Amino acid sequence: MSVDTTAAPTRRSSSVGQSVRRVEDGRLLQGQGVFSDDVYMRRQGFVHFVRSPYAHARIVSVDVSRAERMDGVYATLTGEEVQELCEPFPQIAPEPGGRLRDYPLAVGKARFVGDPVAAVLAETRELARDAAEAVEVVYEPLPAVVDALAAVAEGAPVLHEEIGANVGYQDTYEWGDVGWALEHADHVVEIDRLHFHRFSSTPLECNAAVVDWDRGTGVVEVRSNNQMPQFAAMFIAPTIGIPVSKMHFISQDIGGAFGLKVTSYPAIAACMLLSRKAGRPAKWTEYRSEHVAASGHGNERTFTDIRVPVMSDGTILGFDAKAHDDCGAFMRYEPLGGVIWAQVAPGCYKLKHLRLEYTAVLTNKCPVAPNRGYSRLQHLWMIERVVDLVAHELGFDPVELRKRNYPQADEYPYETPNGCIYDSGDLPRMLDLALDLADYAGWRERQAATAGSGRRIGIGIGSTLDSGTNNFGQARLINKDLPFSGNGEAAIVKLDLHGEIAVNLGSSPQGQGHETTAAQTVADVLGVDPVEIQVKPGYDTASHAYVAFSGTYASQFAVTGLGAAQGAAERLAAEIRLVAATVLGVEQDEIELEGGFARVRGDLERAIPFQGIANYVYANVAALPPEVADRVSLTCRYVYRPPFEIPDVDSKRGELTLTYAAQIHLAVVAIDEATGRTEILEYVAIDDCGRRINPQIVEGQVHGAAAHGIGAALHEAFVYDQASGQLLSGNFYDYHAATALDVPLMLTGEIESPSPRTPNGAKGMGEGGGAPLGTLCAALQDALGPGGATVTDTHNPSERVWRLLHRSDEASRAVRVASRS
Amino acid sequence: MSEPETTHLVRTTINDEPYERVVQARQLLVHFIRDTLALKGTHIGCDTGNCGACTVLYDGQPIKSCMMLAVQADGASIETVESLSQPGGELDELQRAFNDQHAVQCGWCTPGMLMQAKALLERDGDPDVETIRRTLKGNLCRCTGYVNIVRAIQDAAGQPVTAGTRPEDRA
Repeated sequence: MSVDTTAAPTRRSSSVGQSVRRVEDGRLLQGQGVFSDDVYMRRQGFVHFVRSPYAHARIVSVDVSRAERMDGVYATLTGEEVQELCEPFPQIAPEPGGRLRDYPLAVGKARFVGDPVAAVLAETRELARDAAEAVEVVYEPLPAVVDALAAVAEGAPVLHEEIGANVGYQDTYEWGDVGWALEHADHVVEIDRLHFHRFSSTPLECNAAVVDWDRGTGVVEVRSNNQMPQFAAMFIAPTIGIPVSKMHFISQDIGGAFGLKVTSYPAIAACMLLSRKAGRPAKWTEYRSEHVAASGHGNERTFTDIRVPVMSDGTILGFDAKAHDDCGAFMRYEPLGGVIWAQVAPGCYKLKHLRLEYTAVLTNKCPVAPNRGYSRLQHLWMIERVVDLVAHELGFDPVELRKRNYPQADEYPYETPNGCIYDSGDLPRMLDLALDLADYAGWRERQAATAGSGRRIGIGIGSTLDSGTNNFGQARLINKDLPFSGNGEAAIVKLDLHGEIAVNLGSSPQGQGHETTAAQTVADVLGVDPVEIQVKPGYDTASHAYVAFSGTYASQFAVTGLGAAQGAAERLAAEIRLVAATVLGVEQDEIELEGGFARVRGDLERAIPFQGIANYVYANVAALPPEVADRVSLTCRYVYRPPFEIPDVDSKRGELTLTYAAQIHLAVVAIDEATGRTEILEYVAIDDCGRRINPQIVEGQVHGAAAHGIGAALHEAFVYDQASGQLLSGNFYDYHAATALDVPLMLTGEIESPSPRTPNGAKGMGEGGGAPLGTLCAALQDALGPGGATVTDTHNPSERVWRLLHRSDEASRAVRVASRS
Repeated sequence: MSEPETTHLVRTTINDEPYERVVQARQLLVHFIRDTLALKGTHIGCDTGNCGACTVLYDGQPIKSCMMLAVQADGASIETVESLSQPGGELDELQRAFNDQHAVQCGWCTPGMLMQAKALLERDGDPDVETIRRTLKGNLCRCTGYVNIVRAIQDAAGQPVTAGTRPEDRA
């Protein structure tokens, strides 16, 4: 055998900042991806859940005997069994919400339509479904409550007797002195109610898992599309009584997640119990109707009693408001939403005096999950409505009012009243760019020209922030006993036997192109072309490094994931330089890495290819001095740690998140007065996410986030019948996920304000802050004109727009202004 | 009591390969393709014929394979995403355009999008942008906002790609 120790990877120029084509596309375009439902295991059975048809009901009895007698049924599982086999899942909430008992299946009561009350494992998908039909459940229906404000009213049905009421968490967040501001303001704008509706990003691939509990080793393999496996493991371990080290999570390709696949752990736990019981792998693939009814919804939030102090020059001093979050039937990731909004407490504006009374409420609806823009987009939308309504009511120009209240470019880093640091940015410049791209002046002229034609034009602006890289210390603001703080992400970069460069990430991607951007990052550190870097697709807890908060969520990968990859690559580069310097007899700082060689700077003749370096360390180690051989492994693990401190629990102040990407959107809509139908004539999205690692991938994320917001603003909603608690939009037809005709071919633009806080100048991005929600509401408000009804809801389908157009009485106006004489 | 016939013999051509299988009467065509034949490129995103992830060509026409039974494939010729190019080999022109225009994020809708786009371009080699958007109405994508998918189809048709909504940007 001969080993060619002279071949080296090809040269490259700097690839970070280039729109390198995605390397993962090849397999996805050829139908060769490996998603959870593509995984087959020998002897596997199929899981089907029996789900409650009632929003709230006592489970009188569950009879699985008919199902168990069916030929090919391997096992069944009931709530009663689960209660014996499991502890309840841990809860994040303090008392009283922390007393809530949540199990892999419903125990004692069903609390929402779709709540799983039993499960079946059978030979085929069809048989599992048939057998689930044969499970006889006797329910005693109970009164249901599907409105957050009704659920906290006296006499409301109580979901969880162990809590005794429907409040899962409540606290008041106050910074500055809003009482003083309301007293001294020239105007106080009062808004009775703003409602952020229920929707979700509904990834096109539903939840899925293939779970194999090996009776010999006690190791359970989970081939799933759960997007945060360590979090799932931390919840499942104490519940089932299995060590984290015996749970082996693997995923390759995930068909979108958007935060919603964080909370699939109860179903995975049920599959584990079925697999252990039957001694077979249990394969579960959620149906769309199950996903829509019973996986995870975005947080619905109702703001009431909003009071906004404003000075006569247009300076907005702050706000005082109440917020009720409708968490659905269980708290799962909640009440983290109760603090995560505080990352963007004053929104995009220099508000100084803030007070929010926050309540997390349990209702008979699908539990919520941390959906794209989680908890910040609700809050940012409220603030955008406030700013927009202040402009309308007090007669300010909507552009000038925003610019006056934005932090100016020279004010960064900008500290918010609650101690968050807006790292960099220039919102006025972004707004100017949006106005220019959209031809704002031209549209104002066209708007005036259409007056009285039966078709109204409205122009709206939305400004949002996409805060990225959480400081998990903020969890202490809701529960001071939680031992969480900071954040982190791990990666391994390795020089393999023949000098190949291999990367294992700590995060499970869901379409963001990690294989490409990680290759770009590592390539630049090691001086090779990105095609030379092999980033392992997907994620595997057995071979990848991770920390508890590893994952692709909260707009963090560009900072945490790439920060870890960069750090690990730098460690590997240092080892390569050490070996090369030793062999070539020079100082380490004389070695440079270029084109796959470690070479002496300025001397092309003295160089060792990476394969030669690998050969020394793996196969020729006696040729190295022992003190060098002992220091190199060529397998370098690095944990990126953002520079966070623990927030102060008493003042609720601290740096809650690291980076602030920003969005300014502008929409021009036309409304048909006869039908209320809204057509988007122009849509512009300006983004600032600091240094862009791959501009084409960034633009793709901007498009996708905008589409979710546009879909939600005009079409998508989870609607429940108030009396019965039935979900009325139970499939994609009724839910109306946005189609190609609903999403305009938007224009994008960008500025780059590099973050001074991150290893690469990038800011996490992708969630997009829900910018279209504020933008389209502002456009509708603009079309309604002076004296028109108030846009108070995020969801504005044709029917609601028609009502807004045709009701301009006092009741339709939710805003009042009190001015000092 | 005698049971009704629950299985049937199906002879069909998939990606130019002849197949002969006994299938359950109630098996969906998409499950036949994915589970029985292990051609896992065709995906399922809903149960209501709404999302188009399961789009394949049935005698040249795009159909949603979750809305047909496997037995209906008897005598038909079906093309799935696996027919476009050799797995692991070079991408075909349409696939290359999807890669160049970043029309793929998670990849779940992609096989259906490709088959729908192939059918469109076979019907109309020079579709205008509104035709492209209308054609994609039955294929949901939750990642891309469709913008880059429209651009990819324009690119595959040899057209300049559209930048946005302004009249002068419309192809």
